[in-house]
Amino acid sequence: MAQVTLRKLVKNYDETPAVRGIDLDIGDKEFVVLVGPSGCGKSTTLRMIAGLEDISSGEVLIGNEVVNDMPPKDRNIAMVFQNYALYPHMTVYENMSFGLRLKKVAKSEIRERVESAARILDISELLQRKPKQLSGGQRQRVAMGRAIVRDPKVFLFDEPLSNLDAKMRVQMRTEIKKVHQKVRTTTVYVTHDQVEAMTLADRVVVMNAGRIEQVGTPNDLYHFPATKFVAGFIGSPAMNFVPCTLEEDGDRLRVRLTEAIVFPVPGSRTERYRPHLSADRLLFGLRPEHIFEQRPHLEPEQYAFEVPLEVTEPMGMETLVYFDVNGTEVCGRVNPLAGAVSTQRMKLVADLRQMHLVDDASGRVL
Amino acid sequence: MAARHSMQEDRRRALVWSYVFLVIFVIFFLTPPLYMIITSLKSSAEISAERLPWWVFEPTLENYQALLGSDTYPIFFRNSAVVSLLVVAITMLISIPAAFSLSRMKFWGSATLATGVFLTYLIPDTLLFIPLFKIFSLVNEYTGIQLLNRWWVLIVVYPTLTVPFATWIMIGYFASIPKELDEAALIDGAGYLQILVMVFVPVALPGIIAATIFAFTVSWAQFLYPLALTTSIDQLVLPVGIITTLIKGDVFTWGQIMAGTLLGAAPPLIIYAFLMDYYIAGLTAGATKG
Repeated sequence: MAQVTLRKLVKNYDETPAVRGIDLDIGDKEFVVLVGPSGCGKSTTLRMIAGLEDISSGEVLIGNEVVNDMPPKDRNIAMVFQNYALYPHMTVYENMSFGLRLKKVAKSEIRERVESAARILDISELLQRKPKQLSGGQRQRVAMGRAIVRDPKVFLFDEPLSNLDAKMRVQMRTEIKKVHQKVRTTTVYVTHDQVEAMTLADRVVVMNAGRIEQVGTPNDLYHFPATKFVAGFIGSPAMNFVPCTLEEDGDRLRVRLTEAIVFPVPGSRTERYRPHLSADRLLFGLRPEHIFEQRPHLEPEQYAFEVPLEVTEPMGMETLVYFDVNGTEVCGRVNPLAGAVSTQRMKLVADLRQMHLVDDASGRVL
Repeated sequence: MAARHSMQEDRRRALVWSYVFLVIFVIFFLTPPLYMIITSLKSSAEISAERLPWWVFEPTLENYQALLGSDTYPIFFRNSAVVSLLVVAITMLISIPAAFSLSRMKFWGSATLATGVFLTYLIPDTLLFIPLFKIFSLVNEYTGIQLLNRWWVLIVVYPTLTVPFATWIMIGYFASIPKELDEAALIDGAGYLQILVMVFVPVALPGIIAATIFAFTVSWAQFLYPLALTTSIDQLVLPVGIITTLIKGDVFTWGQIMAGTLLGAAPPLIIYAFLMDYYIAGLTAGATKG
């Protein structure tokens, strides 16, 4: 068990920077997910922790020891790859025991450890099979088994669920979480799927263009995004951003989206927003789930407005409604029984307690 | 219904045409060996007689007996076998690690080196045998070591043909093996040699076998180098031996030539037949997804 620390970590491919100076502390037994769009440097970061990629500058520490120049096998890590990377000519048992056999661990101990890992992953029946006789989900389990057997300090997962179909992915996601609860090894997990990140992580690291945008618990990222990128990346459908102006209204503030749509800013935010009164490129951010149908009793800071709907998308448990605000498409999530009809006007409610104000020039959430 | 019918019709037509072309190819490729078998079973008298050439009227094994009983033919066969087997071994010992390092380890100049290997192969042996001859005679002049007219020298010469090409096709095959496989082995604690022997060679077996077949065929059938570099009867390999001993001036002992060539073609045939199954079985092994 060990913590992992990244200090000013940089990776350049020739002249192209892939990772531009990352600082991160991952605690012992913590499950950290690196998430971001493709090319954001998350996989490169993971591969530098694994020792599969040279470090251009900065440091990687595993358990307080700088491992920059340590070969992968001495770092005491285990990695699960997107394409499983099982040895095709070996049985499941041989695959799982390969690392231990190389370390010349006693045969009886190897057997014990493989069987115990197989029990955790429910693959005891498959030990004598070859990888090609296994389904995708089973191969994924074997790959995890190969990692668990070695009892490493750190687990590294590189998009392990991307090759599975949607149903299997959800099932294996739960499986990975269960395994982590049983084994409690420090885990670094890379994915481009924000749902995977939110559901699995103790803490999520959102990366973009080689930098860390924000680190936080799934709830922190959802409720208190630091940047426009994080606000837009976390949550589905994505947060709406509408250009707005901030105005004074007595001793309070209000945001104006159009001539007709003006919302008072919650009083608790007045002081925070006041310095930005003169800012010229502001965005009003509100998630679709905070725009819903008119209800008989509105909470404080919930304000009704009426718009013509463009498109409605019934999802069963909810209906997504799309409408136009000053040339920007905005999405809301309404009760399927609320009677949303495409092209007709509908009265909606915005929950301003959940609003965000973004400085579009800097990309910061204010 | 109509569409379905016409699809079946299309299928049938496609099948008919495939068979037509297959039959043409079979006739084209099997007629020469068939003619060789027929001729090899005839006596010299029958071969020169003006009778139907496609039938044996008085079959005889005298050509085979004469060859196998001769002083020279078994020597040619032995020389060829020893040279080819050793060349295959040497080629693999050099090519497998070379292809592995060129396809997997990024080091300074590795890409250029890989291209260089291929360029080497593009230089034809017709261009090389004279300089080689010259070098060997110079070696003899300065060191007194005789390399010319020695069958074992072919063991050193043939790899100049087989190593570049075998390396090149294996680089291609190795590149198709997912990189994660050796990375997984690297993390599991294997060194490069262990990765090569325990993971790479078993997984790349189809590619290695293809290269082996190639190396064997090239060295077994090589004609120009032994023709230029060896002269004494006891130093000859099969292809050169057959034409040297069985064509005497303008006298062609056709029956023995055919018998000798057929026997000579047997080892590659056996190797192909044996390894092809393995080759195809290997192609279907699933390393990763799919």
